[in-house]
Amino acid sequence: MNKYTERLYNGVIKENPTFVLMLGMCPTLAVTSSAINGLGMGLSTLVVLVCSNLLISLFRNIIPNGVRIPAFIVIVASLVTVVQLLMQAYLPALSKSLGVYIPLIVVNCIILGRAESYASKNGPLESVFDGIGMGLGFTMGLTIIGLIREILGAGTFFGLAFLSSIKGYTPATIFIMAPGAFLVLGFLVAGMNIVRKKMEAKGKPLAEPAGCLSGDCANCGMSAGCTGKSQAAGKSE
Amino acid sequence: MSSLASLVLLAVSAAIVNNVVLSQFLGICPFLGVSKNTKTAAGMGGAVIFVITVASFVTGLIYKFILANSALLKKGIDLRFLQTIVFILVIAALVQFVEMFLKKQMPPLYESLGVFLPLITTNCAVLGVALNCVTFEYNLLESVVYGLATAVGFFIAIVLMAGLREKIEYNDIPKPFQGTAIVLLTACLMSIAFMGFSGMI
Repeated sequence: MNKYTERLYNGVIKENPTFVLMLGMCPTLAVTSSAINGLGMGLSTLVVLVCSNLLISLFRNIIPNGVRIPAFIVIVASLVTVVQLLMQAYLPALSKSLGVYIPLIVVNCIILGRAESYASKNGPLESVFDGIGMGLGFTMGLTIIGLIREILGAGTFFGLAFLSSIKGYTPATIFIMAPGAFLVLGFLVAGMNIVRKKMEAKGKPLAEPAGCLSGDCANCGMSAGCTGKSQAAGKSE
Repeated sequence: MSSLASLVLLAVSAAIVNNVVLSQFLGICPFLGVSKNTKTAAGMGGAVIFVITVASFVTGLIYKFILANSALLKKGIDLRFLQTIVFILVIAALVQFVEMFLKKQMPPLYESLGVFLPLITTNCAVLGVALNCVTFEYNLLESVVYGLATAVGFFIAIVLMAGLREKIEYNDIPKPFQGTAIVLLTACLMSIAFMGFSGMI
């Protein structure tokens, strides 16, 4: 396995941002009311992530260390604006259903996290593959959660009649509404806790959750990836 | 223009009916991360109220007088596409400024809110409110009311959650559900409860 396929494997399986690292939980909860929405959000994040990883990796030796986070934010925000305008022009329906969550990709901790922990330390090609891996992992996570919620909550499969075609079947609408997002994610986290235990017993522990779901901003594993954390840490020193 | 009644309606709708955390999923990170006890939760909630209110006012000003400036629009210069970039930078700078200002001028307030301020910089609720104000075409007053009410909704949600979590501590929870999972399930039940308000307006 060369280092490029290793990056892909790392992003999709080993450090999957949704299931293992538990990053980017706001969009994960908000846009997974259907599989299509999850897929659309995942792919938009993928595009932004790949481009931002490429640009940040190219500029990593030019950007002064002290202002790197604002510089990253400007790069990411510009890319997000490009994606947002492209979606408004070519995918108006999807753009409408994702709404404010498209511009909010800017504050998605996966993007700044990868910029800080990978792209700012590695070459452009590796960073691009890291972005593709992480982006695909995130897309996979969102699509799977979206699919679960859609099947249970609407009885459809990517918008096609699935369970709903069975006579007398009533979908549990709560799953495509706001509480369903918390419910599915809660069970997902619990399931991952079991998997984590099993893997630890096997001697192959999974990576720790790095994002906000680890429960405590003060001891957040994202370290300097989050602007808030780096300043808070700086103050306590 | 907007009458008092419509402003009150806007505020109730933003604070309770469309709760920022429980139905819009903005600010999930602090909601899950800083809700271990009611005191810190209230501190975080207070800081968010402060920052979102100020930020929605400042971004509203910038949008009205710079990005969507009618004189510039007449000349064919439309800067509105810059809103995401401008808002995130303004919010980040604003939070830094507020922190420095409070530290110097109001030490007691800084003591209670200070540690939470930097955590809010990349909070999606702040940016989300600023962007929503533009999408819903609110005027300056409506933007501030909407921002304040949304933040009050965040305060309500995070303090309630912290109160519940303090009680959950003493319960016997199945192993896999300990930690974040049970918090998410609690959030699910809270979200169902808040859905009850949706018929109100």
